[in-house]
Amino acid sequence: MEFLVGHYNYWVVVFLMMLGFYVVISRTHMVKVLVGLSVFQTSVFIFYISLGKIRGGTAPILIDGPAVYSNPLTSVLILTAIVVSIATTALGLALVVRINEAYGTVDEEEIDAIERADEAAVLEAR
Amino acid sequence: MTEFVDVALLALLAVTGLALLKLRNLFAVVILSGIYSLLSAGLFVTMDAPDVAFTESAVGLGVSTVLMLGALALVGHEEKKPTRPRVLPLAVVILTGAILLYGMADVPPFGDPNNPIHQHVTPRYLEEMPEEIEVPNVVSAVLASYRSYDTMGETTVIFAAGVGVLLLLAGRRRRGQDEEEPGE
Amino acid sequence: MTYNIILRIATKVLCPFILIFALYVQFHGDYGPGGGFQAGVILAAAFVLYALVYGLENCRRVLPPQVVYACMALGVLIYAGTGVVSVLLGADFLDYNVLAHGDPIHGQHRGIFWVELGVITTVFGTMVSIFYAIAGRKGLN
Repeated sequence: MEFLVGHYNYWVVVFLMMLGFYVVISRTHMVKVLVGLSVFQTSVFIFYISLGKIRGGTAPILIDGPAVYSNPLTSVLILTAIVVSIATTALGLALVVRINEAYGTVDEEEIDAIERADEAAVLEAR
Repeated sequence: MTEFVDVALLALLAVTGLALLKLRNLFAVVILSGIYSLLSAGLFVTMDAPDVAFTESAVGLGVSTVLMLGALALVGHEEKKPTRPRVLPLAVVILTGAILLYGMADVPPFGDPNNPIHQHVTPRYLEEMPEEIEVPNVVSAVLASYRSYDTMGETTVIFAAGVGVLLLLAGRRRRGQDEEEPGE
Repeated sequence: MTYNIILRIATKVLCPFILIFALYVQFHGDYGPGGGFQAGVILAAAFVLYALVYGLENCRRVLPPQVVYACMALGVLIYAGTGVVSVLLGADFLDYNVLAHGDPIHGQHRGIFWVELGVITTVFGTMVSIFYAIAGRKGLN
């Protein structure tokens, strides 16, 4: 029981991670895939921050007198990762917008169908 | 008390995630992902990472939502019903999840000060920092001084992503000329 | 949204405070939560809000895209330049101890100041230019 409760954060992290992963591999609308990717990323952020937490600790901003500080290193890593994640998401959105301009749709299955039709047309022309 | 908030926020995150999976209207999905970010920001505050919470709420709730909505306005917001069955993705996810759960069982318990992660570099930062840098916020000190190579890399990544977006989108669209077949 | 008077007035009132808050987050980052990354995003958010309410064209007039693009590159230059200065002063790349003559702690403070200035400039520039790029794109129809 203590094992289950002591790892509660990690169980939820795995659930969220798999949720994001499932959205990424099973949905076809590309913006939704990007949302799934950001769910995945956030679950990794939560995992790191959970690792750095010390029970009864306080935020790593030094105060006078004795105190227990949680781990600042995980905060540093995740802080930069968040800003990088928005930059990569924006890059993905830019690609989605360009794909929409080229194909008229952002649905993976429809794009597949268009590609297949194009290939068939090329073969027939030969 | 903190534990209670922690448990409640994580449960809310899971529920938001499920709703996000179910919904087909992508405007609602994007707004839900903003809520998801806000909840995780709250979680970061309870886990003693105010800097991260700050960033997450500014980035995830603010800029990311605006950008997603902007892109949705361009590409349309209705998700189509899937035609293929989704057995394979589900199987992959369940398998990966099972492996991850098995691995997570070996992670040291949450919040224990004796965990390996707290033994190595961090004590040095916390002990030497007041004499070496004299900046109260340890996160800022590690970010900008001890690990400034790292931060320089991240800044460059952001710059590169920005340049990439501009290359993809900033030019004027040439209709009909962009539709080259990918070479095969 | 452009003709909603409540939004317009509220934006007009809020924008200066958001800008000041971003500067506070930037320069108070050594003493409390905050720093270049957050401040850059908040600074960008002020302009995004302005563009959402007053229109992209007006925002482009206030903050021309060329300036934003320059900011993107300038930030990385400031960051790397700090490292180069410390090399020129005879220390390792990004070793701030030599930045103030004979006072390592003061040097560290200077180094952190310049590095964070580089970070805020790049993050601000990137966020705003990404917003300009996506919001300025016309749809297919």
